[in-house]
Amino acid sequence: MVTNIGIVMVSHSKDIVKGINDLIQQVAPNVSITYAGGTVNGDIGTSFETVQQAIEENTCHQLFAFYDLGSAKMNLEMAAELSEKEIEILDVSFIEGVYCTAALFEMNADLTVVISELEQLMVK
Amino acid sequence: MIVTKDLTHKWFTLFAEKVIQEKEQLSEYDRIIGDGDHGMNMARGAQQLITLWQAVPPVHLSDVFKQAAMKWISGVGGASGPLYGTAFLEMAKAVGAKEELSNDELVTAVKAGFEGIKKRGKSDIGQKTMLDLWAPAVQDLEKDELTMATLQTALTKTNELKATKGRASFLGDRSINEVDPGAASSKLFFEALIEAGEFGGN
Ligand SMILES: [Mg+2]
Repeated sequence: MVTNIGIVMVSHSKDIVKGINDLIQQVAPNVSITYAGGTVNGDIGTSFETVQQAIEENTCHQLFAFYDLGSAKMNLEMAAELSEKEIEILDVSFIEGVYCTAALFEMNADLTVVISELEQLMVK
Repeated sequence: MIVTKDLTHKWFTLFAEKVIQEKEQLSEYDRIIGDGDHGMNMARGAQQLITLWQAVPPVHLSDVFKQAAMKWISGVGGASGPLYGTAFLEMAKAVGAKEELSNDELVTAVKAGFEGIKKRGKSDIGQKTMLDLWAPAVQDLEKDELTMATLQTALTKTNELKATKGRASFLGDRSINEVDPGAASSKLFFEALIEAGEFGGN
C-alpha cells in the first residue's frame, strides 16, 4: 500500500520536471505525482496557472510540493493559499528531496521518517 | 489628497500603459542581473488588465486593486506576478468597502502592499528589490506628497546596492551599479500615481 499524500513538482523548465518524473517513476509508480514546468507556452519560467493545474490534477488532497528556484516557490505559495488542499512546501534540494520522498511514500513509510529524512536535505 | 475610484482607475491604467511602453527596457535590466523576462511578463498582465477594463471598467474602488491583483497573479508569472499580485491584493484588503480614501488611508493601503511584498519575497529593504522603491514612496506619501525626485533618488540608491535576494543575488558584487528590474517597474507604479493624483511639485 502506498501513502495517500501526493507529490507536486514545480520547475522553471518543462524538461527538468519531465526528467525528474521519469526518474522517480522507477521507484514510485503508485504515488500520485503531478508537475508544472516552464511557462504556459513551454518557455523557461514559472506560471501560476500551470502550478494551480498541477495541484488540482493531483488525486491526493494532501500534497508535498517541491520547486527549483525562488519564483517557482512564490507561485506555489499563491496557489497553495488559494487551494482547498493541504500543501506542504519543502525547502529541500529538488532532485534528492523529491526522490527520497517518492521512494518513502511508495513504501508507505511513517510520516515522521519522511520528515526527518527531508530535514537533512534542507538547502534553501 | 482624496483618492477616488476614478483616480485609482487612472493610476493603474497609467501604470499598465507605462509597463507596456517600457517593456523592452525592463527586460534589458533583467537580462543583465536576472533572466530577462521582467518586461515581457509585466506587459502581458498589463495588457490583460487594459483589455478587461476596456470591456468592463471597475465599479468599486477595491475592484481596481482586486482586478489588477488577479491579472498579475494569473497572467504575469515569474516572481513579479506573485509579488505585485500580493501587493495589490493586500491593498484591496486594506481598502475594503471604502469608495474614497483620505491621505492616511492611502498610506495604510500602500503600506499593506509593501508588507505583502516583504512577506511574499521574504525580503526587506536594502536587498536591491522593489521594496527599496516602495519604502521611500511610503515615506513621501506620509507627508502627503510624492515627487519624481524622490523616486529617481530611490532608484539611483537602489542601483548602488548589492543584490542579496532573488536570482540577482547569485551575481554578488557584479549586481552593484546595475538596475533592479522590479525597482524600475515599481518606479513606474508610483510615477503613475503622481500623474493620476494631484500632488504638488513635479
Ligand atoms: Mg525575471
